[in-house]
Formats: sequence, C-alpha cells, structure tokens
Amino acid sequence: MEPLLEVRELRTHFFSRAGVVRAVDGISFRLDRGEILGLVGESGCGKSVSSLSLMRLVDRPGRIVSGEIVFEGRNLLALSKEEMRRLRGNRLAMIFQEPMSSMNPVFTTGSQIAEAILVHERVSRGEARERTIRLMRLVGIPDPERRFRQFPHQFSGGMLQRMMVAMALACNPSVLIADEPVTALDVTIQAQILDLIKELRDRTGASILLITHDMGVVAETCDRVAVMYLGKIVEMGPLASIFETPKHPYTVGLFASIPRLEETVEWLQPIPGTVPSPLNLPTGCRFFSRCPHAMPRCAETEPPTVETAAGHQVACFLYESGGPA
Amino acid sequence: MKWFRTLPNNLWAFARDYKLAAVGGALVLLFVGVAALAPQLAPYDPDTVSLRESLARPSPRHWLGQDNQGRDLLSRIIFGARMSLYISVSSIGMGALFGVALGMLAAYYRRLDMAIMRLMDVVLAFPGIIVALTTIAILGRSITNVIIAIGIYHIPQFARLAHGLTLTIKETVFVEGARASGESDAAILTRYILPNCLAPIIVQTSLLIPGAIMTAATLSFLGLGVPPPTAEWGSMLQNSLQWAQLAPHVMIVPGLALMLAVFGFNVLGDGLRDAMDPRLKKR
Amino acid sequence: MTRYIFKRFLISVPILLLVVTLVFLAFQLIPGDPARMYVGVDASQEAVEKVRHDLGLDQPVLTQYVNYMSRLAVGDLGKSIYTRRPVVQELAPRFWSTVELSLAAIVFATVIGVLLGTLATVKHGTGWDHLLTVLSLFGISMPVFWLGLLLTYVFSVQWHLLPSAGNETWRHFLMPTFCLSAFSLAFITRMTRSSLLEVMAQDYVRTALAKGVREAIVVGWHALRNAMLPVLTVVGLRFGYMLGGAVVTEEVFAWPGLGRLLVTAVGQRDIPLVQGALLLFGISFVLVNLVVDLLYGVLNPRIRHR
Repeated sequence: MEPLLEVRELRTHFFSRAGVVRAVDGISFRLDRGEILGLVGESGCGKSVSSLSLMRLVDRPGRIVSGEIVFEGRNLLALSKEEMRRLRGNRLAMIFQEPMSSMNPVFTTGSQIAEAILVHERVSRGEARERTIRLMRLVGIPDPERRFRQFPHQFSGGMLQRMMVAMALACNPSVLIADEPVTALDVTIQAQILDLIKELRDRTGASILLITHDMGVVAETCDRVAVMYLGKIVEMGPLASIFETPKHPYTVGLFASIPRLEETVEWLQPIPGTVPSPLNLPTGCRFFSRCPHAMPRCAETEPPTVETAAGHQVACFLYESGGPA
Repeated sequence: MKWFRTLPNNLWAFARDYKLAAVGGALVLLFVGVAALAPQLAPYDPDTVSLRESLARPSPRHWLGQDNQGRDLLSRIIFGARMSLYISVSSIGMGALFGVALGMLAAYYRRLDMAIMRLMDVVLAFPGIIVALTTIAILGRSITNVIIAIGIYHIPQFARLAHGLTLTIKETVFVEGARASGESDAAILTRYILPNCLAPIIVQTSLLIPGAIMTAATLSFLGLGVPPPTAEWGSMLQNSLQWAQLAPHVMIVPGLALMLAVFGFNVLGDGLRDAMDPRLKKR
Repeated sequence: MTRYIFKRFLISVPILLLVVTLVFLAFQLIPGDPARMYVGVDASQEAVEKVRHDLGLDQPVLTQYVNYMSRLAVGDLGKSIYTRRPVVQELAPRFWSTVELSLAAIVFATVIGVLLGTLATVKHGTGWDHLLTVLSLFGISMPVFWLGLLLTYVFSVQWHLLPSAGNETWRHFLMPTFCLSAFSLAFITRMTRSSLLEVMAQDYVRTALAKGVREAIVVGWHALRNAMLPVLTVVGLRFGYMLGGAVVTEEVFAWPGLGRLLVTAVGQRDIPLVQGALLLFGISFVLVNLVVDLLYGVLNPRIRHR
C-alpha cells in the first residue's frame, strides 16, 4: 500500500555567523494511513525541526536544503508557496507544545478555530461556528457555546490543548503532526490528551506523527517508533520490537537510563559522554564518542541503514551483515 | 585594569558588528573633541563683530561664512558645541544626582514613597519643554537657569528608574543579610544599592543627552535660553530667521550641526542598547 | 474592567490636584511685584496698593490658595495683564488651534508610521529595513525648528507653493503638520517595528501560519493587532506631548496656538495668562494619559475580561 507520507533524505540546515548547523541531516521515513508514528530523541536532535520542515514552516536562518517529502503523491518541496499554504491546516495539520502561547491572546478561541475552516472552505460564518462547536464537543470541551466566546487566558492548559486539537482537525486532515503535545501539561491531563488523540485517530483515520522525548508517551500511543540522534534516524521499527529488542546502542542506552517501577537500581545509568556540538559534527557515526561498542571504522564512515527484522531498521555497523552482531 | 587593555579590541569588534553605531560613536567623539578643544580649534574669536562682512558666504578665510554681524560662523559653531556639551552634561548630571537620590530614598523608606513619587508624577504631567519654559519664566534667562530648567525635567525620569531598581535590589538576599548584621541604612544604600543601579543609570544618561542638547537649543531658539551674544546653536538659528532669504547658509549650518550631534548620540545609544540586549539574535 | 476604570480615575484625581497646586505655588516664587507689573512701572504707589488689594495679593498665601481653587472650580482664571480680557477667553480659541494641529500631526504620524514600521518588519534584515532604520533615526534627531525653517525656505520663499504663517486655509496645515509629526512619525515607525518583530517571534504567529492563513493576513491582522497595543500607548502619549511640544512649530509658522501664547505671555510676564496656559497643559496631559489607559484596558482582552 502506498504510504500516505514519505520523507526521503530530508536535510534542513541553519546558517549562522558561527557556522552551519545541520539540524536534520538526511532522514527518511514513511507514515502509513491511520498509524501513529513516534519520533523520539533528546532535545536538540532535530525532531522539532523535522516536523516544521514537513510543514515548510522553517524560518530564517534555517532552510530545507535537499530531499523529498511526498504527500498524497506530490512532493511538498516542489510546490509553490500558495499551493503549500492551501495544504496547511487543511490536509496537513500541526499542534504545538505550549498551548498557552500558541493561541492568539486577543481573539476568542472559538473564532480562531472557525478561522481554520473559513481559510480553506467556502462556508458561511454561521456554519463555521456550528462546526467549531461540534468539534469542541468532540474534543471534550464542556459548555462549548459559552467557551467559544472566551479568550485563551480564560482556559486551563489542558482545555486549551484540546482546543488546539480541535483547530487542527477542523478540516479533516489526513496527517496530524503533534510536536510535544503533552510535555507542558500535568501528568493526569497528559493521559487525557493522549487518549483523545488516539480516539480521534480511530474515528477519523488520520495518521499522526507524534514527536516527544518521553518514552512513556511513546509506549502509550505509538504504533511505530523512530529514534533520532543529532539529525539522523538511528533506529526505526514497530513499537513492540523497539521496546523489547532495541538494537542501536543509543536506543539501548535510552532505555537503560529510564527508571522503572519493577526493579530497584542503585544508580541510574546515564549515557556516558556529552553530545558533540552541532556546529562541529564528527565524521562517521555521530554516536561514536559515547558508544560502548565503538569500533575504529565507526569514526571514519557513516553506518548504513540495515533492516534486521520485519520493519525494524538500524543504522549501525554492528548489524551490517543483517543480523545481531 | 585588565578590561582597559582589551578595550581597543572590543571597540574594534563593536564597530565592525554595529557599523551604524560606530558612525554614531565617531560623531559623538567629534562633537566632544570639538567642544573640549574649542579655544584651540576655533580660527577666530566667536564674538568679534565685523559689520562690513555681514552675511558673507563661505570663503577661504571663513570656511563657513559669516553671520549678520560678521562673526565667523565656524568659530561660533565650535563654541556652540562647547556650550551644548556643557549645558547638556550639567543638566543631566543635576537631574541624575537629585533624581537618583530621591528615587532611592522613596523606594527605601516606604513612608516617603507616596509623597515623593506623586510629586515626580506631577512634574512628568507636563511636556518637558513646558517645564523648562516655566522654570525660565520664574528664574529668568541665564545659562545657569537653562541648566536648572532642563535638569528639573529630568529629575523624575531618574527618580523613576532608581525607584524601580532600588525596590528590586532591596529584596535581595545580600541586602537582607546586611540589615541583619546591623549595617546602617546609609551604608546599605551607598554600598549595596547604589553600585547596582549604576549601569542602567549610565545607559539612561547617554540616552538622555541628545534630548537635553535639543531642549537647550529649543529654548534659545524661542528666545528663552542662553542670552546673546553667546554662541549657541539654537540662538544662532533664531538669529538666522530674518536673513534666511538673503543668506541661507546662516540657517543651514547651525541646524546641521545640531542635527548631526543629536543624531550621533541617538545612533550610538541605540547601538549600545542593542549590543547589551541578550535577546536580540544576530544575523 | 470597571475596577480598572475606577482605579485609573482614582489615581488621576490627586495628580490633577497636585498639578493645579504646583502651578499656584510656582507663581508665588516669581521675583518682582505682580501688582506693579499689572499697573505699570510709573504708576503711583497707591495705585499699586489698590491693585494689590483688588487682586487679593495682600492676603496670606493660604487664603490666596483657597480663593484660587474656588475660582478655578467655577472656571474663573482671572484676567490677562496685557489684554485685560478674561484668561479663559484668550485660551479657548488658541487651545483649539493647537488641538487641531496636534490631531492632524498625530493621525499622519500614526498612519504613515505604522505602515513604514510594518514594511521594515516584513523586509527585516534587508536594505529597506536598514534604510528605514537610518531614516527614522534621522527623524528623531531632527530639530523641529530647523525642519520648519528649511521647509519654509523651500516651499514658501523659493517656490511660493505654501503659505508660511497663520492657519486660515488647508494649505496652511501642510507644513506645520509635517513638521510637528516628524519626530512622532520616526518614533512610531521604530516602535511598530520593534513591537511587531517581537510579536512575529511568538508561537501564535506560527500557529496561524500552520493553519494555512495567508502570510499578509498573519502579519497585517494576527500580528499587528497584538503589536498595536504598546504602539497605541505611545501614540496617546505622543499626542499628549504634542499639545505642549507644538510650541516650537507654532513659533516657526506663526500658528495661533496655546504654545505660542505661552511663550508670548512668559515674555510679557503676564502671570494670569501663563498660569492659565500651564493649567490647561497639565490638565489636558493628565486627561490624555487617562484616556490612553482606558483605551488600553478596552483593547487588551486580558484586562477587559476579568
């Protein structure tokens, strides 16, 4: 089956006085219909930039340098600005991390959601309002008629994020990109929002790209996972496969450093070493400086991406022959 | 003293990154230099009258020409710079001295706070030029009174700044500690609060100097500032009113000098503010 | 919201009172004998004493203050020494002239300023932005009287296009308005630019773009609406300043306004007139500030709704 969204060798670089930051440096993945793909990694690994690149919302001094983003058969990077604008909020939607600052404080929340409809569809304001109220009910906002007229500062964080979800789904997009949607919320609210996202996926069949640094969130919601490190995808595969048999040393390290309920440990195991400066990326494998299995060739060439099990890919020399080392 | 040695390097980097501010800095240096060295630089005595050469155009002997009383324009411009610098620095200095003192006291002693700051608000309720005009009306016309008039308007500005700063610093831990160990109020004010206020105050001072220069010239233009025949850019412009049609250079030159001086300070101040703002992303 | 309005009014009242009192006190300090000034230098001592008694200047200061305040309450500001007409009569038409000029100038400065500021933001970092920045720096450094003189020289003296004095026709408005607006125009341009740049960096602008809203609308409506809040405050304050700061423009163009009246009155030591003019300046400035505060409360939903 044709994937809904396919990214090929996407590169987004930032050009500053201090040098070039290769924030996203050749990532490739696909997103199928109705699936939730999690994009995980530490801060600074390029996951947010990846999501912005998909929407072509990368601003100066950043620029998409090369690659292809094929969505519903068209390469988004080849479209004109106007054609891309018509897709944004329409076929491709995005929600962001901080709901409190993501809504315009001087307009009512309802009007902002209605705007998402009015921008793309020829309907009357009244009908846009009706649809907005229905959307608000869908995402679980009580008393939507009253809430429509209220301003962002009159909402709680969780409520506002629900409104953001409503806004993103206003035109029934096929892809929803959620950039750290629950990071800024309380734990209990996090669970609610994640449930909401899953429910909406079930109902509308939209595909979701979920970006987060929280493995717990991934475990809750995702069907497949892609792990990013310093601008590259180091491992990608089905949820169970990644969680049960992580292959890339970085992924292994990530799991090892998370505290677990079932076992008591004396010390948590952080990944040793520090992240190299993005301005001065090493040749060869980027994880070389912190990898417990580092070999001399790792410093010379970049490891190829290899498929080890069904749908499970790793970029590591350890698996070059196709099986576990 | 280490910072002193690195100063030339830092200045060069500053000039390279902020070319506009560097231009401003150069203008300011020119202005201050001319003002300071006026007696040495001016080719003629600014007050020497020579009616035969009234309104003479620029010539090899008088580079900028002469005014209606035959006085050398270049010399008058040079001494005018001196006067502008003197007035602006004195008045801002006076405003800073009284303003900071008042602001600090108001913030430190809660009982005085209301009274002092309301009084400051009242002075700020009038546009600066009006306050200056009124002061001249009351005190009469002289250079000292011009300084006082302009200074008075700036007192509330410094008071507000010092007031806000003192309020913040007052709540810090090391002031609490000083109070707990029994230091006197005066000691706390001078040793802890004042030094921490200095940097913003200095920045504020540099931002206010161009305004003071402009106000002094405005007062003189209105006939309420520096009394004639002293060379001052504003009064020179006032003088040029009648002769503008015959001899435009008498009007153009002092105005240009005034504008360039103020422009230099504004540009420099702008650049300094940008340089110190951590939020601004450099291209 | 009503609490906000009430609070603002409450703060203004003592300030107004203090303004009025300060004006009164300032004139107790004037050297010279106001009674003699009223009557003339070579009048007899009896005449001077009579006038002194008539004007109530022989009373203790406190009584004078009470009289002053009570007369003020009914709108009696005394009589001009020079023209012998009631001060209020002298002030009213002049005040209106100044208001006319200031209004024209502030509207011009705001409209053009916001436009240029937005343009500079959109073209941020390019040559246009730098040009506008330099131009606006020139604008705030330009001596108003020099600009006025230059304009007069070019348009009145050399080209005979525009009149140089008075305020009869619409043509009379052009140069003084431009002159008076120069500083504010530059200032508003800079403020709009910096405010808008800050807003454009906000998350909600990114959200609007992610919704697919046209860029022009994001800048011109979503962003500008937020950026305008601080700019409007500045506009209001500038208008307040203009009422007094028009002094210079009025002098250069012989505009019959309040500022010019003040200068003349100061020169003639016409105390009641100076007092009246100052009162008018102070009160109007406080009122303008109050209006600006109220408008801000209305426009900022965070204050308007709880």
